[in-house]
Amino acid sequence: MNGGRAIILGRIREALRNNPAPRPHTSHSQVDAAASQNGHAQRQWLPKVGATLPEQIALFAKISEGLKTEFHHVSTIAAAREVFAKLAAQGEWKKIASHAHHDTDALLEGTGISSIRTENGYVIDDLESCDVGVTGCEVLVAQTGGIMVSVESAGGRALSVLPPHHVVIARASQMVPDLTAAFEHVKKRYGKRFPSFMGFITGPSRTGDIERILVLGAHGPKRLTVLLVD
Amino acid sequence: MATQAADFQTLSRRYTADKPFRAFIQKALGGYYNKRDENKANFQDWQGARDLAAETKYEAVNNLDTYLLEFEEKIVARGAKVFWAPNADAARDYILKVAKENNVRSIIKSKTMTSEEIHLNDALEKEGFGVFESDLGEYIVQLRKEAPFHLVFPAMHLTRGQISDLFQKELGSPATDEPEELTMIAREVMRRKYCEADMGISGTNFAVAETGMISITENEGNARLTTSLPKIHVALLGIEKILPKLEDLSLFLPMLATAGAGQTMTCYNTMYAGPRQPGEPDGPEQMHVVLLDNRRTELLADAEQRDALGCIRCGACLNVCPIFKNVGGYSYGTTYGGPIGSVITPHLRGLKDWKHLSAASSLCGACTEACPVKIDLHHHLLQNRRNGAQSSPNPFEKISFGGFSLMMGRPTLYRFAAGLGRIFQPLQGLVNGTILDPLRAWTGSRKFPTLSSTSFHDQWKKERGGRR
Repeated sequence: MNGGRAIILGRIREALRNNPAPRPHTSHSQVDAAASQNGHAQRQWLPKVGATLPEQIALFAKISEGLKTEFHHVSTIAAAREVFAKLAAQGEWKKIASHAHHDTDALLEGTGISSIRTENGYVIDDLESCDVGVTGCEVLVAQTGGIMVSVESAGGRALSVLPPHHVVIARASQMVPDLTAAFEHVKKRYGKRFPSFMGFITGPSRTGDIERILVLGAHGPKRLTVLLVD
Repeated sequence: MATQAADFQTLSRRYTADKPFRAFIQKALGGYYNKRDENKANFQDWQGARDLAAETKYEAVNNLDTYLLEFEEKIVARGAKVFWAPNADAARDYILKVAKENNVRSIIKSKTMTSEEIHLNDALEKEGFGVFESDLGEYIVQLRKEAPFHLVFPAMHLTRGQISDLFQKELGSPATDEPEELTMIAREVMRRKYCEADMGISGTNFAVAETGMISITENEGNARLTTSLPKIHVALLGIEKILPKLEDLSLFLPMLATAGAGQTMTCYNTMYAGPRQPGEPDGPEQMHVVLLDNRRTELLADAEQRDALGCIRCGACLNVCPIFKNVGGYSYGTTYGGPIGSVITPHLRGLKDWKHLSAASSLCGACTEACPVKIDLHHHLLQNRRNGAQSSPNPFEKISFGGFSLMMGRPTLYRFAAGLGRIFQPLQGLVNGTILDPLRAWTGSRKFPTLSSTSFHDQWKKERGGRR
């Protein structure tokens, strides 16, 4: 079907045959062979993360501040609803977009604002006209202040990026120390049947393309709020 | 002299003479240095991370066929189509074919240097397709009908005033000198484009063999929208962008962010495993991955410089390069500028026309030190110089160096020549910098140092009576 495949593979094999490249100079440090095999070798070099949950939440909160992610740590879903109601009043929200998910459903209970849900498909312009997208997530990553989302946990691809404000609800049990743990989580959860989209959101959308000056809300959400419930 | 080399000289002369422009570029990079260093310091050991990144890329590039096949098998199983394009023509033709077969009307693009490399926009526009760059910097240079100035910061050469003028002229928007207002103007324009477009074209930062995923890194959210809303997603992928395992991303994503833009993590790092799957609410019906060789295998065949295929296009080497900072991105005349561009362009587009770029280096090694995957950039520049001299020797250079080595090997001849120099230097002063000046290549822009009236040998003899 595609002759290019044979051509390119032929070129690659020809280029590599009896033609070894010098190994990289890695005198500075010994790569731990065992760690390398189980995919953990990077942990010893990457930014350090505390072992306990309170340390991880504190780190997430600190990085969020730098990223301009609005982070709220509350003890109950009722408290999360209060924060949400305040945001809704401030933003004068008229239309909310969300998806079928136990935490988002609990959060939106009794808001009285009209809403659409994405899990069974939606009209693009309809979603675009919403004031906020409310989603769950796979995990929160303490190391980077990131939110891991997927089709499954965030109502598809566009819900978490098209509306101008993204609100994420997560449980404390969803906090993981680092990116490696986040990948382990999705491997464990999905096996080989990954959703077609998953990714990390690390702060509200931004650009520095004009004179390297930071502007939030380039194309994605201008605001990002994380509600962490114990 | 090849025209490319002449163009480089003309443009680099023009840009280096423009002091306000140089100051503007250096100011823009100043903030980057601070943030980069701050983030590097957060690593437990940045050098250890570089070692591991270099090792991982070594493994991937030296087993490229195996990993590409694994990647293909996995992503095809998810319903994506993979097209292997040996050259730019094949890649362009395939994308045009997909667009025509699906009666595409409007195309939205997120940032991809690979598409610049194959001049994709020109080809699509020639066939009547409307193509819109959605990355803010790319959109600005597209409106100006320019190429990106920098791999990562396409419009870093423009002031807000220039951008405001451009938007007024092209979009009829009101004048403003607020970067935020300018960004919002582009946001509004693009919002409509995302919703209307039926094809989205993206690049790829990493391809994961183990899970058959492509990974895209961006800050604005434009790539996410480009790959979410249109019914067709085309991803361009240079064959060297492969990584063996999913967990490798946990090293490469933060390293790319830190080296590329001085961030802990780029705002959006997204993995795509095929088009919309059954039961999913949105996403494209079709996903096409275009695997591009376009002479990357030439670089692969050069074992000495093969590590250059580990490049993750972070732009760190450009940002620290004293040449790039002064001549700017456009002097190079290449898709990939700066040190990495000078290294790889001779392989991608021919040594004869592009070897001059390897001479535009002070060999300070700042690029090699900055590279997150430890590409031995400044040595590769030297190797390109050597290869260039071997493949097309310059007879004048050969005679000059022959004469020089003859003289340096014979003390009597050296003393005689130095004596001649002392006699003739005052005469050179009369023609300094003019066309008659034999030292014009030097004195045209610099002062030639005055030779001392007595040589070191003579001084030694006089002062110390020749004693050791």
